[in-house]
Amino acid sequence: MPHISLPGHLPGITGLLEFSQDTAAPIRELTQILLRGESSLTQGERELIATIVSHNNECRFCTSAHTAAADLLLGESETCEMVKHDLENAPVSDKMKALLTIAKMVQKSGKSVTPEAIAQAKAQGATDMEIHDTVLIAALFCLYNRYVDGLASVTPSEPSFYEYLGERIVNHGYTRLPQGYDHLKKS
Amino acid sequence: MAHIKLLNEDLPGISGLLTNNPHTAAPLLNLAETLLRGPSTLTSGERELIASYVSHLNDCHFCHTSHGAAAAAHLACDLSIIDDIKKNFVQTDISPKLRALLNIAAKVQKGGKHVLEADVEAARNEGATDEEIHDSVLIAAAFCMFNRYVDGLGTWAPKENEAYREMGEKMAFLGYNRPR
Repeated sequence: MPHISLPGHLPGITGLLEFSQDTAAPIRELTQILLRGESSLTQGERELIATIVSHNNECRFCTSAHTAAADLLLGESETCEMVKHDLENAPVSDKMKALLTIAKMVQKSGKSVTPEAIAQAKAQGATDMEIHDTVLIAALFCLYNRYVDGLASVTPSEPSFYEYLGERIVNHGYTRLPQGYDHLKKS
Repeated sequence: MAHIKLLNEDLPGISGLLTNNPHTAAPLLNLAETLLRGPSTLTSGERELIASYVSHLNDCHFCHTSHGAAAAAHLACDLSIIDDIKKNFVQTDISPKLRALLNIAAKVQKGGKHVLEADVEAARNEGATDEEIHDSVLIAAAFCMFNRYVDGLGTWAPKENEAYREMGEKMAFLGYNRPR
């Protein structure tokens, strides 16, 4: 049960964002820019960063949701599975391996990021903007994961829920649905 | 020197990052403004103390000291409160409710699952509302983001408390969306 009274039809992050719409607006805008805005990293690559951080923060809701989004964007599920459990052998570019390594360091703390990890990313062709975005996406998911679990919002167990959510993320993005979320109330 | 090239290397902490990246700066500053200065039953001074405390726990000197200086400006107290935050508020007279909310914030800093029903219950027993518990968790979570942004990109920070006095006053009285 959540620690505070949240809308019952909106598990995970959505109920929190509806509970506090004033703070939700900039959080949603930042996410939309970072994960869906113009970037030399693909949307799938950026979802992998969100997923690996959520996975290492042991946030089941965010990990499942962003895994579903990454799988849809990449067209297969093996890459995301490997990134979470065996990054070294995951079928991603050496540049992405270096950026995902930085994301894992950010998950632990800002000071954990080593100059060697930054040098490695640059040597693999990562730009300053890609390094910036990787660090900020990883930091943003340290916010999301703590927000979701810190208030004990509901984590659905049915895989179908995350299939739906993954589709909503991929097709609509991170902005608030124009019609709100009342249509999700079970009649 | 920061891990990436910044337009103005003289700007410390998050300032150099915000100037470099105006697109992400706008929502980041709006979030800080809403969380720390928007309508709330917690005072801005109390909210800045939560921000500074979590930043200290994350070992982020720039955020700990600058938000501590903002708290000092709101509370009209000495900058020595920045050091007292590190000592778990032995000298500062804070309400039992704020102490219970700071306990929740410290759990959030470790990880969301560290917040237990008993921690929330303790805050409620001191009169904390759902909104205040929500805001404490989100301020703590947001500073787990800001702190990682600032240190993850290796920005520099002035050492002494005094160097943050004017910055803290601007944060407190002009806010986060002030012209820069």
